[in-house]
Amino acid sequence: MGTQEIEIQVNGQPLRATVAVEATLLDVLRNELGVVEVKNGCGQGDCGACTVLLDGDAVNSCLTLAVQADGRQVTTVKGLGSPEAPHPLQESFVAHGAVQCGFCSSGMVLSAASLMKQNPTPTRAEIREAISGNLCRCTGYTKIVDAIEEVANNARLLEERAS
Amino acid sequence: MTDADKPTKYRLIGLALPRHDALDKVYGQTKYADDFTMPGTLHAKVLRSRYAAARIVSIDTSAAERMPGVHAVLTARDVPRNETTSKFGQTHSAGGFEGLYRVLADKKVRYMGEAVALVAAETPETAAQALRAIDVVYEPQPGVFDPVEALKPDAYRVGEEDTNVVCSYKVRKGDVDAAFARADVVVENEYRVPFGDHVYLEPESGTAWIDEDGVLTIRASTQVIEHFRDVADILRLPHNKVRVIAPMLGGGFGGKEDITVEAYLALLAYRTKRPVKLTYTREESILSHSKRHPYVMRYKTAATADGKLVAMECELISDAGGYPFLSPWVLLYSTVMATGPYKIPNVKVDAHAVLTNNTFTSAYRGFGAPQVCFAYESQMDAVAAQLGLTPLAFRMKNYLHTGDELGTGYALESAVLTDETAERALAALGEPTKPRSPWEKIGRGIASGMQSYGRLVYLHDSSRSFVGFELDGTVVVRCGVQDIGGGQTSSIAQITAEVLGVSMQDVTVYFGDTALTPLAGTTTATRMLYMSGNATLKAARAVRDALVTKAAEMLDASPDRIAMADKTFRVVGDKDHSLSLIEVLEACASDGIPLSNLAQFNAPAREVKESANVEGQIHPDYTFGTHAAEVAVDTVTGQVTVLKLVAAFDVGQAINRLSAEGQLEGGTACGAGYALLEDVKMDRGRTVTCALDTYLVPTAADLPDVTTIMIESGGGMGPFGAKGIGEPSSTSSAPAVTNAVADAIGIRLTRLPVSPERILTALKEGQAKRDDAVSRRVPELA
Repeated sequence: MGTQEIEIQVNGQPLRATVAVEATLLDVLRNELGVVEVKNGCGQGDCGACTVLLDGDAVNSCLTLAVQADGRQVTTVKGLGSPEAPHPLQESFVAHGAVQCGFCSSGMVLSAASLMKQNPTPTRAEIREAISGNLCRCTGYTKIVDAIEEVANNARLLEERAS
Repeated sequence: MTDADKPTKYRLIGLALPRHDALDKVYGQTKYADDFTMPGTLHAKVLRSRYAAARIVSIDTSAAERMPGVHAVLTARDVPRNETTSKFGQTHSAGGFEGLYRVLADKKVRYMGEAVALVAAETPETAAQALRAIDVVYEPQPGVFDPVEALKPDAYRVGEEDTNVVCSYKVRKGDVDAAFARADVVVENEYRVPFGDHVYLEPESGTAWIDEDGVLTIRASTQVIEHFRDVADILRLPHNKVRVIAPMLGGGFGGKEDITVEAYLALLAYRTKRPVKLTYTREESILSHSKRHPYVMRYKTAATADGKLVAMECELISDAGGYPFLSPWVLLYSTVMATGPYKIPNVKVDAHAVLTNNTFTSAYRGFGAPQVCFAYESQMDAVAAQLGLTPLAFRMKNYLHTGDELGTGYALESAVLTDETAERALAALGEPTKPRSPWEKIGRGIASGMQSYGRLVYLHDSSRSFVGFELDGTVVVRCGVQDIGGGQTSSIAQITAEVLGVSMQDVTVYFGDTALTPLAGTTTATRMLYMSGNATLKAARAVRDALVTKAAEMLDASPDRIAMADKTFRVVGDKDHSLSLIEVLEACASDGIPLSNLAQFNAPAREVKESANVEGQIHPDYTFGTHAAEVAVDTVTGQVTVLKLVAAFDVGQAINRLSAEGQLEGGTACGAGYALLEDVKMDRGRTVTCALDTYLVPTAADLPDVTTIMIESGGGMGPFGAKGIGEPSSTSSAPAVTNAVADAIGIRLTRLPVSPERILTALKEGQAKRDDAVSRRVPELA
């Protein structure tokens, strides 16, 4: 199998790489481009630790070929927000104690962000369903759902005020 | 807000403060073991045995060695000291408790996935090709895969000894046979629990290199940086020429207590003089690394008609897998805690750990306590049913209290509030949920547990911590803890800030580096808050005392009238006189008064008794609590839906409320997985659940919210009266769920996990035992 030159916008930065056509997006992000905030928990699409946003939608980067991301936007947890300009989900995860070992956190926050884009005011059951592809072994999920729900509740308040 | 306005007696202790490490993690800034790269790094891979039981006839590595890009191919003959008896991060010799650790298989393989050879190459792909070029000739052996079979005199011998028994323990108290004869109710059952995988989200990983001073340095995801001693012994290097660094871990749960990649990396880096990296795949992690011990447990429990427990007899057989590792310790925990948080005058426990050709078993959250808790809490419900008592009423008549003796004769010294945890856990379930269909059954269960915190008193455990002010008023802590995600370093920062009158943001904790941080022992055994929290508290108080003494002298007041908070020293009751922290620090520095302190905390210590009879004190202390669960069972599909989960624990004193709740919630979820889902299936030693789509752990959609109830007796041995909760929070969760299932369907399943298949089989064929049904016996021991 051959190689292909690709350009991916990672958190707004154009990054170029020559990749094997069978290489996964996860492998290229971590090992070619140094984007190590994307985690490898299983490499088989079962755990969700490698979740990134591809043009705004959550995908398992271990099940996505790097060449499929050519010319597209990849957002990692660093692109979602920073200590200087935090995303509300990031602030809420910290405030609720939804982060323990943190290995699932980057994928978990991005799955939550993807949910909020499609459904800004999800119920707790909808939140649980939306993050059911992201395994967490530390928290038992309660505080993660709390953290996402608070952001949803704030969105609901804003919605109500606007109407 | 001033100190006086705070509702608690502490400034910071017990508050729900955001953890400092959570900030870094949620912004993607934390680096885990696999995230570090060094120039010129080689990639390692491990050749693993395809057989569970075989003799190695020959290994030919020549073709692999000749491949371009391959820098080293190592087998057992290349390991300077291939066999070591690991002390598992301990400095104290503990006789029979040291487990055999073999780096690479030699002559015989004892489980499928055992490491046979190592390769280091320029790329992972080249390393993988090299593995395929290694020619190993095996002579398959019959093997033995069931611990009861392995006990038989003519069983296949797993190791080199003439028995498969790793160790045996017994507890004897009173006369169980006489008590059984007199009792009004006797219930006997056999229970079985499966292999479990930890499923930390971060697979095993590390990098090793020789540093500029010639020190072999390993950065690895480990709960025990003090394996540097074992690595040094394996390479026959002086202990002070090996350094281990643990960055933040993506979970541990006991699975990173034994050596994982460290020895392989050390051997390859030492041979190649290049940095070498190795990260397991998920399949490799499940296939080849340690598992939770399966047990076969026969329990016989007796009570009087008025509901008093009079006797408990337990026979425990644990499957140690191919190598002992921590099996002797795990079995000892099970032996001591076999009868649970109950006062029983007559106790007989016989316990055996047995080698098989299954994947080796070792530490896993709970360390032998969850297995026996499933058995004794199932028994408690079965006996209660026979007596016509509710599960709560029967338990309330029998809980241990402070001063009561365990089966070993040790009298409990600290607070024991199991009664309160049970009443509150059950009450928190609230109104019963109504079934959604005629074929749905609702059930409720409770289970209480006891679990040690701190290590075996035989180990003479200790921890060290350094606390010091910088001249600008910020604080540095150096403490060799491994932070596995439970808030270990964050709690240390919070304790330090409390004592030194600064904010948590003023404290930096350097952790997990054998060269730079004072050794603090393992992050295992629910010991880190207890041990390193106490060491840190001691060091911080010494620093505070020195500064307060100086401030008192400068303010011309007696030291006991000086208040140190918010970076200011004040004379109590005197608003006019105060000093800033900086002023006092400068005065101390000028006068040669140390601004820092290195303190050591020692746990209670006892000498090892070289006897199978377990007596007296075995652990420093215990944590007690109760789980409650409500479930819905679909009797058509066998599917269990957990509707409510409650964890009520005496935590002694919460240090960080968010972290303490997080431990209770996460531990409870883990136990629910053990009850309903988790099962590493092996077919004659071959693991068939090698991925997370076949080894199932709870997802967010599988669980309800966990309700936590924290009782703060202040009666623990940790800092500020804290008890440990990392492991106890999980132990009694599984039997609460299975007792709820039994309540729903009227049939008690005696085997974990309580899967839909087993529930349907029980319902349809009626073969599973009801509470009052006949018993089965484990085959007589050889």
